[in-house]
Amino acid sequence: MARIIDRRMAIFLAGLFILTVGLPVASSAAAGELAPAYLVSLVGKYLCYALLAVALDLVWGLCGILSLGHGAFFALGGYAMGMHLMRQIGPRGVYGDPVLPDFMVFLNWQELPWFWLGFDSFWFAALMAMAAPGLLAFVFGWFAFRSRVSGVYLSIITQAMTYALMLAFFRNEMGFGGNNGLTDFKEILGLDLTAASTRTGLFAASALALAGGLLIARWIAASKLGRVLVAIRDAEERARFLGYRVEHYKLFVFAVSAVMAGVAGALYVPQVGIINPGEFSPANSIEIVIWVALGGRGTLVGAALGAMLVALAKTLLTAWLPELWLFALGGLFVLVTLWLPRGVLGALEDGLGRLRPARAAAPEEARA
Amino acid sequence: MKNVLALPLRPYLAALLTALALMMPSASRAAGFEELVARLPEGGYSDRAQTIDAIARTGDPRAAQLFEALLEGRLHARKADGRVVILVEGAAGATAIDALSGESLGEAPARSTERIKVNNRLRGMLRSAIGALSLTSPDRETRLRAAQSVLKSGDPADIEALDAALSAESDREVAAALAEARAAAILNAKAPVAERRAAVAILAARGDAAAQAALAPHASDPAIVAEVAAALARIERTQRMWGVAQNVWYGLSLGSVLMLAAIGLAITFGVMGVINMAHGELVMLGAYTTFAVQEAIRGSAPWLFDFSLLIAAPLAMLVAGGVGIAIERGIVRHLYGRPLETLLATWGVSLILQQAVRTIFGPNNREVGNPSWMSGAFEIGQMTVTWSRLWILIFALAVFFALLLVLRRSFFGLQMRAVTQDRPMAAEMGIDTGRVDALTFGLGAGIAGLAGVALSQIDNVSPNLGQSYIVDSFMVVVFGGAGNLWGALAGGFGLGVVNKFLEPWTGAVLGKILVLAFIILFIQKRPRGLFALRGRAAEA
Repeated sequence: MARIIDRRMAIFLAGLFILTVGLPVASSAAAGELAPAYLVSLVGKYLCYALLAVALDLVWGLCGILSLGHGAFFALGGYAMGMHLMRQIGPRGVYGDPVLPDFMVFLNWQELPWFWLGFDSFWFAALMAMAAPGLLAFVFGWFAFRSRVSGVYLSIITQAMTYALMLAFFRNEMGFGGNNGLTDFKEILGLDLTAASTRTGLFAASALALAGGLLIARWIAASKLGRVLVAIRDAEERARFLGYRVEHYKLFVFAVSAVMAGVAGALYVPQVGIINPGEFSPANSIEIVIWVALGGRGTLVGAALGAMLVALAKTLLTAWLPELWLFALGGLFVLVTLWLPRGVLGALEDGLGRLRPARAAAPEEARA
Repeated sequence: MKNVLALPLRPYLAALLTALALMMPSASRAAGFEELVARLPEGGYSDRAQTIDAIARTGDPRAAQLFEALLEGRLHARKADGRVVILVEGAAGATAIDALSGESLGEAPARSTERIKVNNRLRGMLRSAIGALSLTSPDRETRLRAAQSVLKSGDPADIEALDAALSAESDREVAAALAEARAAAILNAKAPVAERRAAVAILAARGDAAAQAALAPHASDPAIVAEVAAALARIERTQRMWGVAQNVWYGLSLGSVLMLAAIGLAITFGVMGVINMAHGELVMLGAYTTFAVQEAIRGSAPWLFDFSLLIAAPLAMLVAGGVGIAIERGIVRHLYGRPLETLLATWGVSLILQQAVRTIFGPNNREVGNPSWMSGAFEIGQMTVTWSRLWILIFALAVFFALLLVLRRSFFGLQMRAVTQDRPMAAEMGIDTGRVDALTFGLGAGIAGLAGVALSQIDNVSPNLGQSYIVDSFMVVVFGGAGNLWGALAGGFGLGVVNKFLEPWTGAVLGKILVLAFIILFIQKRPRGLFALRGRAAEA
């Protein structure tokens, strides 16, 4: 256990715990609304991003697979949850159809398409939020890794994958609400989505999922399997010649990561109240990469921190100086790759390490 | 001496004589025409019919306008002096124009003129007279249009006029159109079977939708049922063939755009192994350079507008190339051997460039005009070809072969290939590899700028221009095989044509999705593309 929860993981989890308990309390009426209520959903959204970043760090930081299509897994999880929330609306939609969501009535559809069946059950939807991205990652990865597509080629085809999915989900004929996506959600598990208590619950669930995701990722990294993954990252050919079935390891970690991304998406959608095909856009997926790179590739905790930092910066900058946001984001990409190859966390720990030369930095860190 | 003077004068004399000769008959005709027009308001409908017939026979060019006005009830006789005028409705009321001279006679108050009435028989007469007049009009386009309208109507009443026009026609294309129109009319008339068969054959040879429409009503005509069926089948075949040809053309056109966007990428990605995610933005810079050049020309020297692209092309290459060299020296240079980091850093550059352009030029689409030699379209058979697309195809091929020449034949190309294949050895031989890297990157970027000039002619020039091509152009490079210009050529045209053939079946979006899925599967089979490099370079 100690191997899994090292010092920085412990600090992060403690911080996360304080945030999870503190923020809802601070924003509650009892504390005189020290923090505005919308902050709960906002930070909950950041936590989902953080989980997504951890998922990407698992494949990129640990195994060297730079996926530019992780937004697709996130969006698929989101759509699965969105479909459930759509079914929950029931007859309260604008058209009042007891079964069909509004956009289907609008498109003159007579009955529910087969792939919408079962989504009235929360647990089925929750299962699909993990199974759909996991399956896509498995099939995609099986094809890609088997034929040894790697490096930038893999990055480009993952980008093509999410681009193709974006185009597909934009089509009305697909049955996922087309351009507008899924929105107008009312309740989850019988609880009103606009209620503060529900929002707090979702926020806590996101924090829990992030902690769980971090621990699973860390557990994988610390296991023997994790060592092989690092070996594959650093010298794929050598690992193969040592007798490891490289493609199996990659496939495993890719699928696990996709499931994690799907969970993040499923938690994200009820908190922001909408999912649309824009989530599949290649630019979104690349933004995830900068979260990880900024926080510190391969550090897991750093990835989560990076996601929250960038998301916070985006919220603030797009509100105050929208012109500057893309300059800042673009500059971040350049600066981090040129001067912070190990991210903020790496730089921080290097700095601390210099102050206290006795303590060496953790040995398993990524040196890309 | 006399001869020397006479020589330059001769053409003028000839022209003068021709002009005189042309004026004589029309002058004598005009006398009759004017007299006939003056007679129009008189008498009953049958008198008017005779007058119209006589006017039609004069063949005067003013007759068509006169008949049209009469048909629409705009031909009036002035009560004061009986002058025949054409009324033109305006915002402030009607104004009168002299039917003969065309001079304006000022306002025509409501009751100062009387309409020259026509009945249905006269209307029919006027219509066919107008058709017949335009069949013999001196303007070639008018004759062609008239023939096509007869082909559409297939009115047997026009046969006589068509025969007359045919015997006078000297232009081959117009004559063919007239013959086809006559065939359509013959089919509708109760002509002898042999004549109708000949007509079917003529229409079958034409082989387009108009011929099909003319033939279709006769598919059950017992005398010629077999001929019509065969002709319709033949027309369908021809149409399918032209449909394929049109699709190939659209595909080549799309492919040329893809290739232009991808060819620069093939240099940076293929030759240098550098993923330049800002490539699309360099294309965008080229397009905006074109816009800026056109703005400058509009402001200071509008007569230069037709040359705007020729001026913009080298400038765009310089601007994009300069930015490219700056990117290479500033960023990419420090990241060689770390392709994933390069990808991220250049993505950052692309965001910055996008926002910079948005800040300078605004977020909206910018209007880039076509020079006159690039606008419009022409037809080959049943296929439409726009000039802009054709020029872009030519331009793309020209850039491709010029680039090939630079790589294969120039000293710079030699150095470039040397650095690509074995960097340390090239450095040992005294090649300044850093300089070669910068120039190679600059070359790739400059070609992106050129692509931007071409794209500005067919696409919206907006800050998002680059984003919409980046995935596609990467697909082209991946499909064609990195490091190979021929790969970019084959990849671009191949994907373009496949896309356009899928579109009619699946719709544009699904077609594109299928192509992407196909490439994702294709890369499984050939991870290094169609034209993979072999040997040591492939492992690098």
